[in-house]
Amino acid sequence: MKILLVDDSRTIRNIQKNILAKLGHTEIDEAPDGVEGVAKVREFSPDLILLDWNMPNMDGLTFLKTIRADGVTTPVIMCTTEAEKSRVITAIQAGANNYVVKPFSTETMADKIEQTMRKLTAPAP
Amino acid sequence: MDVRFINPFIKSIRNVYQTMMRTDIVFGKPQVKTDGCKNPDVSAVIGYSGDASGAVVIAYQRQAAITTASKFASMELDVSHPDFADALGEIANMIAGGAKAEFEGLDVDPSLPSVIVGDNHEVSNSKVNPSLTIPCDCSFGAFNVHVTMKLEKQAAVGAAS
Repeated sequence: MKILLVDDSRTIRNIQKNILAKLGHTEIDEAPDGVEGVAKVREFSPDLILLDWNMPNMDGLTFLKTIRADGVTTPVIMCTTEAEKSRVITAIQAGANNYVVKPFSTETMADKIEQTMRKLTAPAP
Repeated sequence: MDVRFINPFIKSIRNVYQTMMRTDIVFGKPQVKTDGCKNPDVSAVIGYSGDASGAVVIAYQRQAAITTASKFASMELDVSHPDFADALGEIANMIAGGAKAEFEGLDVDPSLPSVIVGDNHEVSNSKVNPSLTIPCDCSFGAFNVHVTMKLEKQAAVGAAS
């Protein structure tokens, strides 16, 4: 599974990569902002995107709206310090599939990734 | 400085250190500070704007900053490492974001973090709105969190904490 990490903190991207490696995912690409993220979506064609909200150049919400407007249906997990319910609703309405509030434990991140992928691969009732 | 802003920061600092670095924080008694934060070697700063404005400054001595950044990133990060400032900026970002979530009824935007590295520097703050200093200690060393917040809109800030 190809996973794209979009976060302006390289430390966070490294932490996420370590968690994903433990889960057996090693095909990973990364971008430090929404602008590079949009370009990576086009060239890397990820199966899952982990997305920060507050970033320079293009924030996560704008990134999300941009790729959904382009017809990209890749599942997106927002991973952000934006913890208020109103922000979660805004992100879900914009097309996010799941939401992780920073700080996050390894277990929480692993659960959210597995939960998101399980929902997408579950057979229709 | 509205003291009701303090509990959201204490709760958020504890949560970030426990969740990301698996260490507990011992908090000292918060103190009013009118002369800025003096003598840190490393400071991580985040500003707030919106219904409340101000800043939070996390001030470390050199060794505590190195140990904290290294524990957070799970790798050795000296001051000269390109990820050193990034790690401390992200810790500040998480603390500021967690506190913000407790500012009930207030629409507040935190800035992106800035990290200042320089032995014995000083971060000035407004003399009109003095900061409250939260002394913190943990297994990585002591550090101070300076909070300067001013309500721009009346609301029940920190009421749930």
